[in-house]
Amino acid sequence: MLNRQGRPTTPGDALQSDHPTFTGNKALSQIEPLIFETGRLETTGVDYEAPKPFVARLGGFERKSEIGLPGLSEPEAMRHYVRLSQKNYGIDTGLFPLGSCTMKHNPRLNEKIARMPGFSDVHPLQPVATVQGALEVMHTLSHWLLELTGMDAVALSPKAGAHGELCGMMAIKAAIAAKGEAATRNVVLVPESAHGTNPATAALIHFVVKPVPVREDGTVDPAVVASLAGPDTAAIMLTNPNTCGLFEKDVVAIADVIHAAGGYFYADGANFNAIVGKARPGDLGVDAMHINLHKTFSTPHGGGGPGAGPVVLSELLAPFAPVPFVRHTEDGFELVESEAEAANHGAHAFGRMTAFHGQMGMYVRALSYMLSHGADGLRQASEDAVLNANYVRACLADLMSLPFGNRPCMHEVLFDDAWLKDTGVTTLDFAKAMIDEGYHPMTVYFPLVVHGAMLIEPTESESRVSLDLFIATLRDLAMAVKRGETERFTGAPYHAPVRRMDETRAARSPILKYTPPEPILQAAE
Amino acid sequence: MGETKYTKDHEYIRVEGDVAIVGISDYAQSQLGDVVFVELPKLGKALSKGDEAAVVESVKAASEVYAPVSGEVTEINSGLEAQPGTINEDPEGSGWFMKVKLADPSELAGLMNEADYKAYLASIH
Repeated sequence: MLNRQGRPTTPGDALQSDHPTFTGNKALSQIEPLIFETGRLETTGVDYEAPKPFVARLGGFERKSEIGLPGLSEPEAMRHYVRLSQKNYGIDTGLFPLGSCTMKHNPRLNEKIARMPGFSDVHPLQPVATVQGALEVMHTLSHWLLELTGMDAVALSPKAGAHGELCGMMAIKAAIAAKGEAATRNVVLVPESAHGTNPATAALIHFVVKPVPVREDGTVDPAVVASLAGPDTAAIMLTNPNTCGLFEKDVVAIADVIHAAGGYFYADGANFNAIVGKARPGDLGVDAMHINLHKTFSTPHGGGGPGAGPVVLSELLAPFAPVPFVRHTEDGFELVESEAEAANHGAHAFGRMTAFHGQMGMYVRALSYMLSHGADGLRQASEDAVLNANYVRACLADLMSLPFGNRPCMHEVLFDDAWLKDTGVTTLDFAKAMIDEGYHPMTVYFPLVVHGAMLIEPTESESRVSLDLFIATLRDLAMAVKRGETERFTGAPYHAPVRRMDETRAARSPILKYTPPEPILQAAE
Repeated sequence: MGETKYTKDHEYIRVEGDVAIVGISDYAQSQLGDVVFVELPKLGKALSKGDEAAVVESVKAASEVYAPVSGEVTEINSGLEAQPGTINEDPEGSGWFMKVKLADPSELAGLMNEADYKAYLASIH
């Protein structure tokens, strides 16, 4: 019998034209209203029983009107957030070249291990006898962090980079106070190219910040540091590699100058991922350094997950490390929880940074990353990160401008906007056009020491194929700038779910609260 | 109306009698981009030359405005707080920041006149 279900299966001419839709959606690309606009006041996804009569004890201040929150059914609420998540861009979507942020791949093995119940379901107040495995992870992680940095002690608990900076600077402050110099030694030197958190951290604990100008080549000159250092110098805060993506080649001389003045060397470890396995901060004269576990050792950076910023300390600062810390004894692992207990072990802990023990999940992920890579793998990750950044630099140097000349960089490459001069296209426009091409832009307008900065950090996660497509895209955009196709940039993004924001108006007259249209307001009353 | 003088940090100062008007130069506003927030000093505040006198914030970044000379703040342009865009539209006119009673008029001699400032701008580009 003839099957009569056959039909033409070539699309024909209709493919060529743009078809507006009734809903405004474009198949999988869906318009998502605010949750307030989707929901209805009379709807709820939960079936509550009416409360029993009760006497209010709020003295007449209890709410008498409707609260005005929109109700959604469970599928509506779920679809709202899933649709929003589909408009998001993350490291699981594509290359994420955000310089200084190290948006590297998070190996799924880390997630598997972190979800084991012995790690994910522990409570910070559980008896230590029942969390020996978790404590061993903390102890082993501490060991490897000290091994990789060449330092003497580590405080695991700080929750992220800036918190780690605060911890390290508090240890320095405690060491200065112990020497009886608290009143006189209060100046912290911070290079112009530093992360903004450095001067903010120093100021927060009442140090006086003195800026250090950078040389023509973007690095810090030990002679300039020497001219600024003196008996009032508490510390220098230096990032190495620095925020221009350059290795501070005089770092040892700078450390010597600071130590000779009686100060301490705080290293911002945000860029440690460029030198892991290649150089040990302890050998460079560093006294304190935070490590962004979420940058250097993966963990869910960019996925919105928590960070962790352990701080490693030199022999001079080690006694002042905060509690808690893990000790390994004959009877197993124990937690040193108080300053009095720490004193029993000869330490002068300056206090504690967190109520409990820090981000257990991050410790597990970081250790999983370390152990699965091994020493050779960690070294190769650093080498590949630096190689990838230099590959991007070498492939774009003829079209875009490098503020410090075409010389090797570390894990990130910094361009400025000199090449955009008089084109009618700004760094911001260029970044917006990258969104249309399906890339998250690089870091723009940071560091402040160069004009119209574009800081690209491809990370070690990207393959040659992936880098080549990224480079080809930037070359195509750069050549479009040079051909004068300014509209492609000044109007971008054209294809994002939301077009370019009016940042000035948003900053001058921000709307911080949803106001329902009139009929809904009346219904609520 | 007195001569307008400039600092290397792009503040301008214009002396009118024993009071000087202080603001940021046209070049400074063009580099900052749209100004969205201004923090002005308190009336009567005694400033030393080089002190942080005000803060100006654009979408891109926050910058300090330094006192080009020493003196007491006698008047502030409080209209800027509601209309920070005035700084972009007319920086050296209605976008002024503060008026300062000069403590030491000789400090003015160390500042650049308009021609020197233009040459300085050319040199930093």
